Amino acid sequence: VDRLVDNFFNVAILAQYWPTILAGFWVTLAVAAAIIVLGIGLGLALAVLRSFQLRPVNWLIVFYVDLFRTLPQLVVLVFLYFGLPYAGLTIGSFAATVIALGCVLSAFAAEAFWAAITAVPQGQWEASRSTGIPFLGTLVWVILPQAVRLAIPLLTNRTIAVTKGTALGTAVALPEILGQAGSVMAIAANPSPLTLAAALYLLLFVPLVVTSRWLEWRFAPHLR
Amino acid sequence: MELFLDNFANLDSLLRVYPLLLQGLELTALLSAVILPLAMAAGLAIAVLYSFHLAPLRAALLVYIDLLRSFPVLILLVLIFYGLPFVGVRLDNFTAVVLAMVLNNSGYYGEIFRAGIESVPKGQWEASRSTGLSALQTVFSVVLPQAVRSVVAPLASNSLELVKTTSVAALVALPELLRSARVAQEQTYNPTPLTAAAVIYFVLLWPAARWVARLERSFLGGRA
Repeated sequence: VDRLVDNFFNVAILAQYWPTILAGFWVTLAVAAAIIVLGIGLGLALAVLRSFQLRPVNWLIVFYVDLFRTLPQLVVLVFLYFGLPYAGLTIGSFAATVIALGCVLSAFAAEAFWAAITAVPQGQWEASRSTGIPFLGTLVWVILPQAVRLAIPLLTNRTIAVTKGTALGTAVALPEILGQAGSVMAIAANPSPLTLAAALYLLLFVPLVVTSRWLEWRFAPHLR
Repeated sequence: MELFLDNFANLDSLLRVYPLLLQGLELTALLSAVILPLAMAAGLAIAVLYSFHLAPLRAALLVYIDLLRSFPVLILLVLIFYGLPFVGVRLDNFTAVVLAMVLNNSGYYGEIFRAGIESVPKGQWEASRSTGLSALQTVFSVVLPQAVRSVVAPLASNSLELVKTTSVAALVALPELLRSARVAQEQTYNPTPLTAAAVIYFVLLWPAARWVARLERSFLGGRA
């Protein structure tokens, strides 16, 4: 047991290095927030754009959605970070992580919002249009409020899953929790920083996972 | 344009490295084939245990599920591959990836099967037990067949994610598809192998992604 405590819960080492790992915590938080804003925002925009039913635009959106829904997150990230510089486009690890995971999330969000928009009964459109509300007004004030509610249970788990992908940033030298913990572990020759990193991830994601459980229960009565 | 093609779709580079990519693809397929059934069986076992209505066991299983869903798979992998050797447990990278991903996905599959079992009306249990079937027979012959049907969409979706996530094995130097592409890229000073890996992932997984999307949409009750 001593060996276990010494290696995974070494207080001396944690006391020495926790500011480094905490700095990683803030990076993870910032990246996660940026990914959610970019992913959900872009996803909603794409779904709204798709409801205008312009054929060439829709083909592009469908291709975009399928592409980013199919490629592994890490493949997108590695491509952006290690591939693009050959085309003269060098981006930092923060931007690469946010763009890669944001695009992946936006694809899933666009699909969820679009599915939700089509699930709102046609009568809602007709009733709204017949009261004289224009197309865009109907979409924004009548359809989207209902669609967003429907999309929430589809989106929560996916959002958490993609946000957890911030740990992949370590592959492109993003100084987030895992990356920081890894380098500290190498310096201190002791894996206790990993335990702290794991604890910080729990701190970040357990509330989200529990909330998603509640949201699903709240918004998906058919599963109750 | 020529520069672009030269960089991202360079035929010479592709001809040189394609055996490497094929080997990578084989390893990706092997990883998926090993992890998928193990993780699904573990998740099923968790859900079946959960369905036995033993309060302390239920609480423990919920904690297990939510903990494992809260860890990014990469942090589990790093803990297992880089952390455990400090306490004398040394696993090779293939075993470490399998263990990390089975643990992580047992949480996901556990939650999916659990929700499915919960959705089966209580009367089914009572009716089955009252005909003299044992609790185990009830679970496997009456409840699970109905439960699985209602969670086909999330099961398929999670399985697709699992196959995609095998790419994190690249980060512990396991030469699966992504890692092979990175190695090839560094050998040829050209990002074409990365493009090729992305194309391979897309072509192979795209039909599955389409199928999953259709299942999810019909689950929502919208137009497919």
